[in-house]
Amino acid sequence: MTTASPAADSRPPSAGGPDPATPPTVWTRKHLLGLEDLSREEIYAVLDTAESFSEISKRSRKKVPALQGRVVFNLFFENSTRTRTSFSLAAKRLSADTQDFTASVSSLSKGETFIDTAKNIEAMGCDLMVVRHPTPGAPHLLSQHVGSAIINAGDGAHEHPTQALLDLMTIRRAKGRIEGLTVALLGDIGHSRVARSNIWGLLKLGAKVILCGPPTLVPKGMERLGCEVAYRLEDVLPRCDVINVLRIQFERQQGGLFPSVGEYSHFYMMTQERVRKAKPDLLILAPGPINRGVELTPEVADGKHSAILDQVTNGLAVRMAVLYLLTGKMAAAPSGD
Amino acid sequence: MPTIQITGGRIIDPSRDLDQVGDLWIADGKIAADGGGAKPDIVVDARNLIVAPGLIDCHVHLREPGQEEDETIATGAASALAGGVTSVACMPNTLPPIDTQATAEFVVLQGRRARQANVYPVGCVSKGRKGEELAGLGQLVAGGAVAFTDDGAPVSNAGLMRRALEYSKMFDLVIMQHCQVMELTVGGVMNEGFESMRLGLGGMPAAAEDIMVARDIRLAEITGGRLHIQHISTARAVELVREGKKRGIRVTAEACPHHFSLTDEKLRSFDSNYKMNPPLRTAEDVAAVIDGLKDGAIEVLCTDHAPHAREKKMRELDQAPFGIVGLETLLPITVTHLIEPGHLSWSQAIRYLTINPAKLLNLPKGTLAPGVDADVTIIDPTTSWTIDPAQFRSKSRNTPYAGWEVRGRAHTVIVDGEIRHTLGGIVRESDVQSA
Repeated sequence: MTTASPAADSRPPSAGGPDPATPPTVWTRKHLLGLEDLSREEIYAVLDTAESFSEISKRSRKKVPALQGRVVFNLFFENSTRTRTSFSLAAKRLSADTQDFTASVSSLSKGETFIDTAKNIEAMGCDLMVVRHPTPGAPHLLSQHVGSAIINAGDGAHEHPTQALLDLMTIRRAKGRIEGLTVALLGDIGHSRVARSNIWGLLKLGAKVILCGPPTLVPKGMERLGCEVAYRLEDVLPRCDVINVLRIQFERQQGGLFPSVGEYSHFYMMTQERVRKAKPDLLILAPGPINRGVELTPEVADGKHSAILDQVTNGLAVRMAVLYLLTGKMAAAPSGD
Repeated sequence: MPTIQITGGRIIDPSRDLDQVGDLWIADGKIAADGGGAKPDIVVDARNLIVAPGLIDCHVHLREPGQEEDETIATGAASALAGGVTSVACMPNTLPPIDTQATAEFVVLQGRRARQANVYPVGCVSKGRKGEELAGLGQLVAGGAVAFTDDGAPVSNAGLMRRALEYSKMFDLVIMQHCQVMELTVGGVMNEGFESMRLGLGGMPAAAEDIMVARDIRLAEITGGRLHIQHISTARAVELVREGKKRGIRVTAEACPHHFSLTDEKLRSFDSNYKMNPPLRTAEDVAAVIDGLKDGAIEVLCTDHAPHAREKKMRELDQAPFGIVGLETLLPITVTHLIEPGHLSWSQAIRYLTINPAKLLNLPKGTLAPGVDADVTIIDPTTSWTIDPAQFRSKSRNTPYAGWEVRGRAHTVIVDGEIRHTLGGIVRESDVQSA
């Protein structure tokens, strides 16, 4: 018999962390809008819950009834394949009903606002909305206008909390810890929600964070967050335990932020040669989708240092954990708040 | 017209360096030296209140013609009265823009029909606000224009700006400029800096304002034209204006309440009521704007009243339009953020709200000198109240000040010798009607 509570399942051996016994009861939030808001304990609660759920994906029957009867809507106002699929599958494994709503902001701007859209969807019965939107703060705005729980699945260049959580889970599994590690975020920091969520998460868990990219892509002031800023990858490579390779969006080049994709790759692409200059146990992450031959060579993407596919697997567990924790909060207060 | 006696108020008239308790008389729609022995028709008991020249706001958007869903001249002018403002100069970024005599006259006519605050049009600098060719400035003057600006579309072409500053000298009217190098603010939603970096929002650097202020002051210098810097918001821009004045250049500057009472940290709420252009800046910039007001580098207070219908403003931050309403919060925010902290005296603040904007716009107003149009604002300087957008006379509600506990409020407002707004309780008909 399957139990609704992952805590009642046999917990897999934790991959480490200073306090793996932290019970998920530290979770009292209705929404997950960003990692900036979360405490260290809350982040560990998600990671530990995700560890419990990762076991489910290895079973032959990959489903638990935790969210039976719940309705999860994916509201995507921006293109996404893997994040949306990952959330859908995570919700289905928890036995929730899921529905996708995909629209471009431009088609909405003719009439209905995105708040109207969300209210319409809520009128159909919805417990939880997974929201991706090109504008920073859009999920925050929505959380003030609808009663459903909101998960931010990426808001402009602001935050992408589940991506950072899955990155943290992947690092902790590979390295056994996060505290004390040196993690470099490489590439387009300024336009990256993945970078911002990673910065908050890593700093809260005690890692050292290096931001590396051309000055046009690393906004001034980032060092004030407590990060080191470097423009030359060679200068920081030998110190890195982890490098998170961010995607370059080609429209940035058209915007004149760097002269050419070729020049970018010349300075920042992760190659075998650069990997050899780093620590022997260097871990390479990439949030994807990756541009092979631009941010990293195929050999590196598929090589022994790469954890790219582990990230995808862990992403599912992290999203199950977040859905579970947020609906657990609902059960405690069925009337909503 | 009724004869009005305003008794026992603290009369502050900076145009005559006057600050004393006394009576003010109004007869035939004009300020009178005294009652001339006649009994007044109406007596206003202004004890414990301030009696000031009617406030003048040189920078408002009344949206008519073209965007009447946001505001009309009638609702905007009523909002002005509720805020104690008896004259407004409205910006030409309407649909169509105010770039011809006919459109200017339409604004004047709608203002007269509304019979609320006095409404003066500001004409465009360029045809269609396109920044290409000069609008018919002389025709605009004939239609009632009191100044020129392309407002939200800064005159980017330095050659055109130079010609505008030169040509406008024949009318002795001011060119108002929203100073912003547009190439530096593409995609911008808020001030560029630590906060925009943290929120992932597009930034508008202070330098975009500073560079245009520097350029235009130099153009004012070589042309001898009159330049007015709209809604100044950066520390460096304030310094540039201060330097320009020292060098004898004809440059003036205005500041809005949001630029001396709020900083860009407010955007952490992602509330579009904190989205304005120029954007909210840093605490250092706010301090510099206040210093500029203290030493007179900035000599005009105004609102940049920018009404937007709820459905437009309640959007994602990058979709929502820039701007906030301001007419009904100008006075209390000035009281709580400039006067009460001791930055400005009442007399200085009223100077920046009356005679200075009157001089800027060449209006024979902003004074209580006998013989001028009787525009008078009676202010309760100490009353405490809570800003409630639902009570606004403006058609729009987009304010960042909702729920603020403030002090100071316009109590009774007289325009052209008529009591057009009052909170009541101090106005009474005289016992004996005059002949």
